[in-house]
Amino acid sequence: MSRPRTLFDKIWDAHVIAPLDAGSALVAIDRVFLHERTGAAALNSLAAAGRPILDPARVFCVMDHIVDTRPGRDDRTLMPGGQAFITETRAAARAAGITLFDVTDADQGITHVISPELGVVLPGCTLVAPDSHTCTQGAFGALAWGIGTSEAEHAMATGTLRIARPRTMRVAFTGALSPGVTPKDMILALIARHGAGSGKGHAIEFTGSAVTALDMEARMTLCNMATEFSAMTGMIAPDARTFDWLRGRRYAPAGRAFDAAVAAWRTLASDPGAVFDAYIAIDAATIEPMVSWGTSPEHSAPISGTVPEAAPDRALAYMDLRPGQPLLGLAIDAAFIGSCTNGRLSDLRRAAALLQGRRIAPGLRALCVPGSSAVKRAAEAEGLDRIFLDAGFEWRESGCSMCFYAGGESFAPGSRVISSTNRNFEGRQGPGIRTHIASPETVAASALAGHIADPRAVTQ
Amino acid sequence: MTPFTTLTAVAAPLLRDNVDTDAIIPSREMKSTARTGLAEGLFAAWRYRSPDSRAPDPGFVLNQPDFAAAQILVGGANFGCGSSREHAVWALAEYGFRAVIAPGFAPIFFGNCIRNGIVPVVLSPDAVTQIAEAAPGPVTVDLRALRVSLADGTGWDFALEAEARTMLLEGVDAIDLTLKQHALISAFHDRDRMARPWIYLDEAAR
Repeated sequence: MSRPRTLFDKIWDAHVIAPLDAGSALVAIDRVFLHERTGAAALNSLAAAGRPILDPARVFCVMDHIVDTRPGRDDRTLMPGGQAFITETRAAARAAGITLFDVTDADQGITHVISPELGVVLPGCTLVAPDSHTCTQGAFGALAWGIGTSEAEHAMATGTLRIARPRTMRVAFTGALSPGVTPKDMILALIARHGAGSGKGHAIEFTGSAVTALDMEARMTLCNMATEFSAMTGMIAPDARTFDWLRGRRYAPAGRAFDAAVAAWRTLASDPGAVFDAYIAIDAATIEPMVSWGTSPEHSAPISGTVPEAAPDRALAYMDLRPGQPLLGLAIDAAFIGSCTNGRLSDLRRAAALLQGRRIAPGLRALCVPGSSAVKRAAEAEGLDRIFLDAGFEWRESGCSMCFYAGGESFAPGSRVISSTNRNFEGRQGPGIRTHIASPETVAASALAGHIADPRAVTQ
Repeated sequence: MTPFTTLTAVAAPLLRDNVDTDAIIPSREMKSTARTGLAEGLFAAWRYRSPDSRAPDPGFVLNQPDFAAAQILVGGANFGCGSSREHAVWALAEYGFRAVIAPGFAPIFFGNCIRNGIVPVVLSPDAVTQIAEAAPGPVTVDLRALRVSLADGTGWDFALEAEARTMLLEGVDAIDLTLKQHALISAFHDRDRMARPWIYLDEAAR
């Protein structure tokens, strides 16, 4: 009888073309997704070397990182020189014959939002993109991870990557989440408790009753920040909810082919007794809404908590905080809802439920940037745009937007921002900007209050 | 890619944990789709007094005369975390760095180093601290022996996957290497197309 295998083992074994030196292998890559920030560099370099793409049908490209998100946008961007990234990537994608989702296409959106929407990612597949949050797509039981530009070229030219086999880690969230606690809080709690480097070298499988209870969009949020734990990727075994979500999506198999695929996908679960290299267990009931106070996602704490006594001076100085200071009540200047972490329809719905019939604090700037054009249309169809606008939010076209600063649009210098994004690094949202990452609910509640606020305290 | 065998050079200490790729090369410093012209933006937020001026901040290690010729960077834990942008490594390489020594690296950054001729050396926090304290004395990174040593003979062994080591030592182009295995790749696809037809999106399979 064969050794019990993990979900990771099964996908890995199905993709190894040849073992290489100690621990490495030549691994088949099923999907490559590019974006305009690095797409032109990769495609132009391949073309210059005279290397064709092995299977252009399996390479996709979208404009998401630096596109303008103001209504009525075109190729022009607020980032100086940004337009060239768009036009050069477009030209290179067309020349290469790959599928392109352009700035004003109905399918445009953030890579990790549209790839699942369109069924590009599938259970059991390997998917790579030159974007560290590619691990988001592990929520579908895929092996999905971020790579650099050179590796993207390698994947396109050869349909493979030469990679070291990661170790495996099971992160079990047992029990059930308390009301008002979200997958964003789960992943922030994990990183805060164990440290931002603790997933290094590992492919993580998220398991446990609190994980299987999550819907697909929530699972994506959980897997999204595996990279902030320094892991190669995060993944969740596919189940009936996964298959239902993918049925009918454009690039998913159809009809009998879908049924055949599901039969294969059902085997994609860790066998009983499968051994992982590392284990972490967290009782989901112990998790509160979380908010970051410092300049790494590991600098996060329960919202009822305080800035730790042992906080590093550099982070405190940048964030203008002192040890022992309560997080609740910390005045904010701006609020941002969006990104590949928390810019999906369910995120917008939950934030809107708090904002409905209310106004954000005077003088505060607040933006909502849907994760994809499809999310934007769906939100508008159910009137969420009106709720955001009536509450005082800006309502934007989809894109990565102010999840990071590309030299164009930002918040006022020195602003303190509550953000549904994934990173709170120094300068991440602009020079001197102090970013606090949290769930969309916490962002909405804080925008209403004008200071960091517990969403559970907002009377629904 | 320039092969790397051994290097003796000044090592610049930057002992901050979680140095992210945004800090190494801010997004706004990626001004064209090329892989060059990035050295000026290296550590821009720390290296210059303000984002809009290029006046050097004398407090930043690379602006100090002792470290003007540094080719080795000594970093803190989880070095290179954050965005996958290979520009971070291109900027380090263009500036002149050939090795980074740290207690740990974010995985994408680590892989990007290998593909651009920069040796990522993982050593214990103690060793990293000792190397930083010896600066600006010369540090030797010997990739053949997998050993880092100081001028006084103190040294530490480090580990690197055989594949990564070979690529750095020989300066090989990974794509060329893989294309030689075309027959194996092709045979895999023939088998895989039967097992997982839904993965293949070309006309024949739809």
